[in-house]
Amino acid sequence: MERFAELLDRLVLTPARNGKLRLLVDHFSTVPDPDRGFCLAALTGGLDFPAVKPAMLRALVTQRVDPVLFAYSYDYVGDLAETVSLVWPASGGEARAPALSEVVARLATASRSDAPAVMAGLLDQLSPSGRFAAIKLATGGLRVGVSARLAKQALAVFGGVAVQEIEELWHGLEPPYTGLFAWLEGRAAKPENAMAAPFRPVMLAHPVAEAELSQLDASAYAAEWKWDGIRVQAVAQGGIRRLYSRSGDDISAAFPDLVGAMEFAGALDGELLVGDPKEGTGTFSDLQQRLNRKTVSRAMLARYPVFMRCYDLLVAEGRDARTLPYAERRALLSDFVAALPAARFDLSPEVPFACWRELDEKRRNPPHPVIEGVMLKRRDSPYLAGRPKGPWFKWKRDPYTVDAVLMYAQRGHGKRSSFYSDYTFGVWSGPAEAPVLVPVGKAYFGFTDAELKEIDKYVRDNTVERFGPVRAVRAEPGRGLVLEVAFEGLNRSTRHKSGLAMRFPRIARLRWDKPPGEADRIEALRALLPPG
Amino acid sequence: MMDARDLLRSRPEGLYCPRGDFFIDPVRPVERALVTHGHADHARAGHGAVLATRETLDIMALRYGAGFAGATQEARPGEEIALAGVRVRFHPAGHVLGSAQIAVEAEGMRIVVSGDYKRSRDPTCAAFEPIPCDIFITEATFALPVFVHPPADREIGHLLASVRRFPERTHIVGAYALGKAQRLIALLREAGYEEPVYIHGALARLCAYYESAGVALGPLLPATVEGSDGAPPPGSIVVAPPSALGERWSRRFADPLLGFASGWMRIRQRARQRGVELPLIVSDHADWGELTATIGETGAAEVWITHGREEALARWCELAGIAARPLHLAGYEDEAE
Ligand SMILES: [Zn+2]
Ligand SMILES: [Zn+2]
Repeated sequence: MERFAELLDRLVLTPARNGKLRLLVDHFSTVPDPDRGFCLAALTGGLDFPAVKPAMLRALVTQRVDPVLFAYSYDYVGDLAETVSLVWPASGGEARAPALSEVVARLATASRSDAPAVMAGLLDQLSPSGRFAAIKLATGGLRVGVSARLAKQALAVFGGVAVQEIEELWHGLEPPYTGLFAWLEGRAAKPENAMAAPFRPVMLAHPVAEAELSQLDASAYAAEWKWDGIRVQAVAQGGIRRLYSRSGDDISAAFPDLVGAMEFAGALDGELLVGDPKEGTGTFSDLQQRLNRKTVSRAMLARYPVFMRCYDLLVAEGRDARTLPYAERRALLSDFVAALPAARFDLSPEVPFACWRELDEKRRNPPHPVIEGVMLKRRDSPYLAGRPKGPWFKWKRDPYTVDAVLMYAQRGHGKRSSFYSDYTFGVWSGPAEAPVLVPVGKAYFGFTDAELKEIDKYVRDNTVERFGPVRAVRAEPGRGLVLEVAFEGLNRSTRHKSGLAMRFPRIARLRWDKPPGEADRIEALRALLPPG
Repeated sequence: MMDARDLLRSRPEGLYCPRGDFFIDPVRPVERALVTHGHADHARAGHGAVLATRETLDIMALRYGAGFAGATQEARPGEEIALAGVRVRFHPAGHVLGSAQIAVEAEGMRIVVSGDYKRSRDPTCAAFEPIPCDIFITEATFALPVFVHPPADREIGHLLASVRRFPERTHIVGAYALGKAQRLIALLREAGYEEPVYIHGALARLCAYYESAGVALGPLLPATVEGSDGAPPPGSIVVAPPSALGERWSRRFADPLLGFASGWMRIRQRARQRGVELPLIVSDHADWGELTATIGETGAAEVWITHGREEALARWCELAGIAARPLHLAGYEDEAE
C-alpha cells in the first residue's frame, strides 16, 4: 500500500506528462503482482466500492478526534480525504501495513453495514499517505492527473509494445491483470481477448497545412465533412451491444436511445450527434447536455435525442473489414447503414470535389454550423489503428479570433512555475464612453518561449494587485496588453459572468501595437453564439 | 500571589514586563529588549539595549550590521540575570542556532516564553529543555492536529531517492536562510551525502557563521557565479531561500526540480500551489504532538498562546482542563520557514 500511496503523492505534484509516464513505468517495473495490477485498475477507473461514502468518513473521524479540532483542521486543509488522513490518530501499527491487494479485497467484500469498521481498521494500520490513498481508492476518483490512456501508454512503454495492442485487449481483461503483465514481461503469450463486442482502436487523422496539399494527388482522396460531435464506436456482437468513446471507454449507459437501436452485427465508426438525421442536427452545446452523465432522464432523451453519423465499417457480420481499402469499406458501409433504423443512424455524405481549390471553397462555406472542416481519406488505405501519417487528414475550418485584453496572470506549474504563464483575458462591455472589461476565457499556450518571457516581464512590471499565485495586471483603454485569441467556437454558459464559454482558446498573436481600447466588445462574441 | 499581568502583558510593541521594564521580541524599537532568536520577526534592529544569547547577537550583527542596537549583553544558557525586581534566564529552545526560551520570575511566579521551538533532533543547535513554570507562553505555528512532522531523516531519504531517480535534473530545495538551510545540509551530511551542496548567495554568510560556531556543513559552493559558467552539474542539490523558487533565478539551472523543506509541505495543496514537485516535511517548529506534550511537561496551570493557530490549541487546553488564552501579539507572520 505504501508504494501505491507514494506513487499517488508523486503523480499529484508532477505536472509533466513525461514525468508521470516515468513514475508509472518505474512503478510497474518494481512492484510485484498483484499490487501493480490493482494500482493499474485504480488509475483506469476499474475499481468501485459503493459501500464507502464521504459522510461515513466524517462520522468515523469525529468518533476519534474532537469535532471542533476536526472542523478547524478541515477548514484549513480544504479536502476531506486529506484532512481525515492527517488527523486520524496514529496507532503505531504502520509496520504491518496491508498490501494494496489486501486493501482492495477488504473494501470489495465490505457490506454497507460493516464498511465503517472495515474502513476504520484500514486507517488504523496505515501511514498518513497510505490513509489518503485508501480513502481516495474507496470513495473513487483519484484525481492525480492520469488518464486511462496515459496509464495504458505507460504499460506500452513498460512492455515495449504499441499502445493499440493494449487498447485492443483492454476491455476483455480483469484486475489485477496478471496475464497482461506476464505478456508484457515476455513470460507468457499475449492474452486473448475473450470479451464479446470488444473495442477496436480507432484511426486518427493528421491536420494538414495548405502547403502540404499541393504535394497530394486530389484524385487519390475522398472527402467528408468533419462533424463537431464526439467520436464513437458502436459494436454489436453475439447479442452484446456496446458504445465506446474514441479511447475505448464504455459509454453505453449514457446513451440507451442509441444502444437500443443497434440492431446489427458488426462494428461502426462514426460521430455521435444530437437531433434527428432527417429533421436536423443540433449544436455541440446541445450535445453537451448528454455528455458526462451516468443516467439520463426520460425528458433528456426526448429533448436531446442522439444519433450516429457513420463514416467507417470495421466489422460486418463477423468479418473484419479493416484490411480492405477505404473505397471498398465505404461501399459496404453504405449498404450496411441503409438497413439500420433511420432515426438513429445515417451515412456521413461524401463531398465531391475535382481539385483542392474547389474543396477549399466548400470547406469555407459549410452547409451546416456543426461542421468544422473536411476529412480527407485515401481511397486505397486500410483502416489502421493510431495516427499513421498519410492516409487520413483533417482540414479544419479556420479558427475564430478575437482581440482581448490581458486581465490576470497566474504562475504555471513545473518547468513554468517561475513564469506567469496562464492568462485570463477579457473584452469590453458596458457603455462605450465608460467600458468595463468582462473576462471571457483563459489560455495557457499558443505562444513561443520567447513570447512567454516577454509576457512574464510585462506582467511583473504592470501588476496592480496580487492574490497568491495570481496577479491582476493593468488593463485600461489606454494601457494594457492586447492578445489575439484563437478559438474553435462558443457555447452558452451560466457559470461565466460573460454568459459564454470558449472552446480551445489559445494565444494566436501578441498585439503590442494595438491600444486596448480598440480590442473587441462582448457583442462581437455574442453574435457567434449558437441560437437558443 | 502577584498578578501575572504585572510580570508580562501584551502591548502594541510586543510582550512587556512592567516590573522589569523590558520587552521580549518587540516588533518596534524599544529601550530594552530580550530577544529569543535571530529570525527577522523576533529580532529587529534599533533597540536601545538587547539581551540575547551570544549566537543571536552574532546573527543580528550579521544581518543588521554591528550597530544594530545601542548596547548588547550576552545571556549564557541557564544563567540567572536580575533586571530590576525580576530574574530572567535563557534556556535552549531547539529552534535554530542560539534560539532560547526565556523564563521570567518574581515573587515565586515563573512565566516561560517559548519563543519558537521544536522537540525533534537538530544537529545544528542545542535541544529544547522543558522548564517547569506557572504560565507557559507557547508558539502555535503548527497548532492543528493535521501537522505531524515525520522524522527528518526520512524526508532527507526522499530527497536523495529523487536525486537518484532523476539524475539529470537539478534539485533546488527552498529552505529558510537562517536555520532550516543549515539543518538541511547537516542532515544530508549525516545521511552520507558527500557531494558539494550549491547554495544561493543569500545563504553564504549564515552558513559560514554556522561553520565558525562549530556546525560542520561539508563542501559548499556558490550556486551561481557572476560572469562564469560554473553552473552546478546536473543532479546537484541547490539550496535557496524559498522566495527564490518562483523567481527568475531558478530558471538558469538544468531542468530544475523544485523542492521545499517546510512543515507546511504536510498539506498537498500548499505544495501544489507553489509548484513544488518534491515536498520535504522538515520543520523547525513543534508539531501538534510536540506542542501538546510540551504543555504537559512544563506543568503549567495556564497557557498563553501566540504566533499561529491559537484557537485550536486553546481548544485542546480546554479539553485537557488547562486554562488557556490567545495572546494577540501583532507583527508576527507565518514564517516562510
Ligand atoms: Zn523563528
Ligand atoms: Zn517566529
